[in-house]
Amino acid sequence: MIEARNLSKAFGPVEAVKDLSFAISEGEVVGLLGPNGAGKSTTIKMLTGYLTPTSGTVKVAEMDTSRDIQAIRRRIGYMPQDIPLYEDMIVLDYLHFISDIRQIPAAGRREKIKEVAERCSIEKVITQSIGTLSSGYKQRVGLAQALIHNPDILILDEPTSDLDPNQIVEIRNLIKEIGIEKTVIVSSHILSEVQATCGRVMIISEGKLVADGSPDELLARERSDNVVHLTFQDVGPEEGGEAIGRLDGVSKVKVLEAGRFIVEAKTGKDVRPDLFHLAVARNWVILEMRTEQISLEEVFRKLTMN
Amino acid sequence: MNKLKNILTVFKREFLSFFNSPVAYIVITVFLLFAGWLFFQQFFLMGQASMRPLFGLIPILFIFYAPAITMRMIAEERKTKTISLLMTLPISNMEIILGKFLAAEALLGLGLLLTLPYALTVSSVGMLDWGPVWGGYFGALLMGGAYLAVGMFCTSLTSNQIVAFILGLGICFVFFIIDKILIFLPEKLTTVFEYLSVDYHFHNIARGVIDVRDLVFYLSFIAAFIIYSIYAIQREDWR
Repeated sequence: MIEARNLSKAFGPVEAVKDLSFAISEGEVVGLLGPNGAGKSTTIKMLTGYLTPTSGTVKVAEMDTSRDIQAIRRRIGYMPQDIPLYEDMIVLDYLHFISDIRQIPAAGRREKIKEVAERCSIEKVITQSIGTLSSGYKQRVGLAQALIHNPDILILDEPTSDLDPNQIVEIRNLIKEIGIEKTVIVSSHILSEVQATCGRVMIISEGKLVADGSPDELLARERSDNVVHLTFQDVGPEEGGEAIGRLDGVSKVKVLEAGRFIVEAKTGKDVRPDLFHLAVARNWVILEMRTEQISLEEVFRKLTMN
Repeated sequence: MNKLKNILTVFKREFLSFFNSPVAYIVITVFLLFAGWLFFQQFFLMGQASMRPLFGLIPILFIFYAPAITMRMIAEERKTKTISLLMTLPISNMEIILGKFLAAEALLGLGLLLTLPYALTVSSVGMLDWGPVWGGYFGALLMGGAYLAVGMFCTSLTSNQIVAFILGLGICFVFFIIDKILIFLPEKLTTVFEYLSVDYHFHNIARGVIDVRDLVFYLSFIAAFIIYSIYAIQREDWR
């Protein structure tokens, strides 16, 4: 559905996006993740044709952004960062304005607007001037605007940045629901958000794609099986440390307080069975044994920090 | 057909938004205040039933009036970033600029319409020749369009309304003054500079003589600045 090939964008001497290539197929919900200033918004703006790439190409639904941009825009619903809306307009007038440009026929337009207002829960403020709305409502008006023409592709640039926890859950559910049939791209620097809504995560750092996969895949890739956290009941630090250290394949034992150990093994070696047998032989009670868990936060930090 | 619809959509939003903010009321009131005061000051001195004093003033008044109308049109969209949404909707830059330009022209026309009572007042006290009056209004719309096109171009260049206004004022002034500095120029250039003056063509039309050359001048002048504006809004450095 969306294909970017060797995409680069430079603003004068600043290279915001460097040689980015990726493909997104129909029906995928993709999270574009990266620290502030990583090039997420720039990438998105190139997908919508707002920015012209310095080099490289973007194809949306088999059409090239450099040639068929109007046809592409008809199929995209886009909510830019910071939800820029005409503050002097009434919500309803604004939605009519968007419907005019989106060429939604007059017959059935009322129903469409009503439906989208319900979906984004903005019915209560529909006759209010946009400038008087709270940022949570503004964000949802921005979303309604992007959904009104029932687009095949929905692109949301930081959709939940101004919402309270309840609204965040609402929007996430909405994104999931839309993602069942549509292609959705959500940019964010909030990891839990991407983890909660997206089947696929692309991590961008300094304009480059540094990771691409499902959240689980990314976790698995960075997880290390050769670090084991271990807790025995009533085992002295010296006694335990010595015994574990003598096991085959163990390269390092870190002794923590009260029978807790961190065992590092040589690469490729799983020492958990040996640890079990050791415990059985010595009649030690294992309270806990786990390989080191890494969170998406840590993956993110690892990939985006130099 | 769709093009026309899109232009109309932009026009409608833009024109109504003048009245959602105090801008339209202030700009029109100030324009009428100046036009009225200056007109009647001269009118009583001349003691003739004629609208000439008004149309003599309009080229100068419009130098301020036109950029004041257009200054916010693109600059404000940039400042509030609404342009990033507008320019990713299925609508072309030409449709955006034309819609906004026509909205500006409509507001300028509204200001002019409100000077019609002056003409009615004048005709009530003496024999007013309506031919030059209609010619004057028609010419004022064309000349106003030329100034507005310049204003559109200036607002397309910046995200700062003040910059747009001052720049527009400056460029409009150049096209106004251009045939008044002819004595400093070599003779060969005078016809060229005279032709480039917005004021010169206006006075031709305001006499009630509608010449194709004057129409061609205004229409091509407007078209040129509209095209510059269309190119100018594609600039990307502030994004």
